[in-house]
Amino acid sequence: MSKQETLLCRCEDITREQIRACIAEGYQTIDEIKRITRAGMGPCQGRTCRMLIAQEISACLNIPIEEVLMPAFRPPVKPLSMGILADAYEEKEAEQ
Amino acid sequence: MIRDIDLMIVGGGPAGLMAALAAAEAAPEGAKILLCERDEALGGQLVKQTHKFFGSEKQHAGERGIFIGRGLSDAVHAEAKIEVMTDATVLGLYEDGIVTVLNDDKHLKFRPRKLIVATGASEKFLAFPGNDLPGIYGAGAVQTLMNVSGVKPAERVVMVGAGNIGLIVSYQLLQAGVDVACVVEAAPKIGGYLVHASKLARSGVPIRTGWTVKEAFGDQELEGVVLIRLDENFQPIEGTEETVYCDTLCLAVGLSPLAELLYQADCAMTYVRELSGAVPVVDEDLMTSVSGIYVCGDVSGIEEASSAMVEGRLAGFAAAKALGWNADLAQAEIEKAREELNELRSGPTGARIRAGIAKVQERREGSC
Repeated sequence: MSKQETLLCRCEDITREQIRACIAEGYQTIDEIKRITRAGMGPCQGRTCRMLIAQEISACLNIPIEEVLMPAFRPPVKPLSMGILADAYEEKEAEQ
Repeated sequence: MIRDIDLMIVGGGPAGLMAALAAAEAAPEGAKILLCERDEALGGQLVKQTHKFFGSEKQHAGERGIFIGRGLSDAVHAEAKIEVMTDATVLGLYEDGIVTVLNDDKHLKFRPRKLIVATGASEKFLAFPGNDLPGIYGAGAVQTLMNVSGVKPAERVVMVGAGNIGLIVSYQLLQAGVDVACVVEAAPKIGGYLVHASKLARSGVPIRTGWTVKEAFGDQELEGVVLIRLDENFQPIEGTEETVYCDTLCLAVGLSPLAELLYQADCAMTYVRELSGAVPVVDEDLMTSVSGIYVCGDVSGIEEASSAMVEGRLAGFAAAKALGWNADLAQAEIEKAREELNELRSGPTGARIRAGIAKVQERREGSC
């Protein structure tokens, strides 16, 4: 049986070990960890890993889960192709 | 092009469908109500719920979820005041009130006067070694494969979670001819209704409370799991490990409210464990801290589908009232819905939800 890893962010392949190392280095919020590791930046946009990472922060820094700062949320909620945005832009140009 | 509409409803599950029907009931001829659903069909989670519902007759007790969903979807499609857009994901809520939607590979823009967010929830995941092996699913995914797509999802399953979803999906797996090795529950007690647990017990499926998954193993895909006993503080007890061979592990460890859009709109949010996550701070009309944005169903706290439907009616009539549509009818229906919700949340089974809602109210009063 090979040693299996514990994945927190499945989209970006980020393990619990990597997240814990990040917190040990001093990163304290979901957003900071996201910028360093890309956790939460994949197709699901953090729906799976967000609360798992929040739990790690809560446990490692000994703060209640209620007080873990949530990340910033920006549109779009799911990835879409540049082509779709370009089409919408061209349509607007044509109208004008 | 930006399309102006009166009311947009995001999500065509039990809450969103009821909200659309309620608003349409109060709306005048020519009102523009748009219901956006990201899936290909309306119904939300009801489309795969082959079990019968509880509650009172008003909330369709005794009926199977799938038929409730079909009835509501048919009613919405038949209502001329409601435009239904399926395969339509709402992507963003912007400061100027514009809502963007992805539909049929097109990026569309709307400006609704009122908005009801009924986006539901997503399944929680667990962290343990081997948790990304093929063969590990959320229980909802397995239920979709089985009940919607007609695919036998596994040969032998270990289910994690003895709440209602874990119990019901386990029983449906048995009905589909799948061997359920056991149901594992970290808590010392079964969380779901006794009637569901009893059906499993009678079928010979052990429900192991006070146990969890220590790790999953397999070469290319899942071959089995190692279970471990937990003490009263949910800490694993070394030396109690037990190996169970299975090709599928189902996780039914709770849901998280799907609230990204509310965060985008800068609605005040608060984390309430009794409601299973971060939820919007709402008033008695289910309006968020941002004027004109309402919520209903699991996005405002995880509850049963019956409560989601009544919340949908409340939010639908509340938005109608705010739009000046048949205010007398709307007010009367709002009060009826509030009473029904109180009834549904009464008794010992509703204690957790009541505590959660009280926390949301505290937070609201604190911010006033």
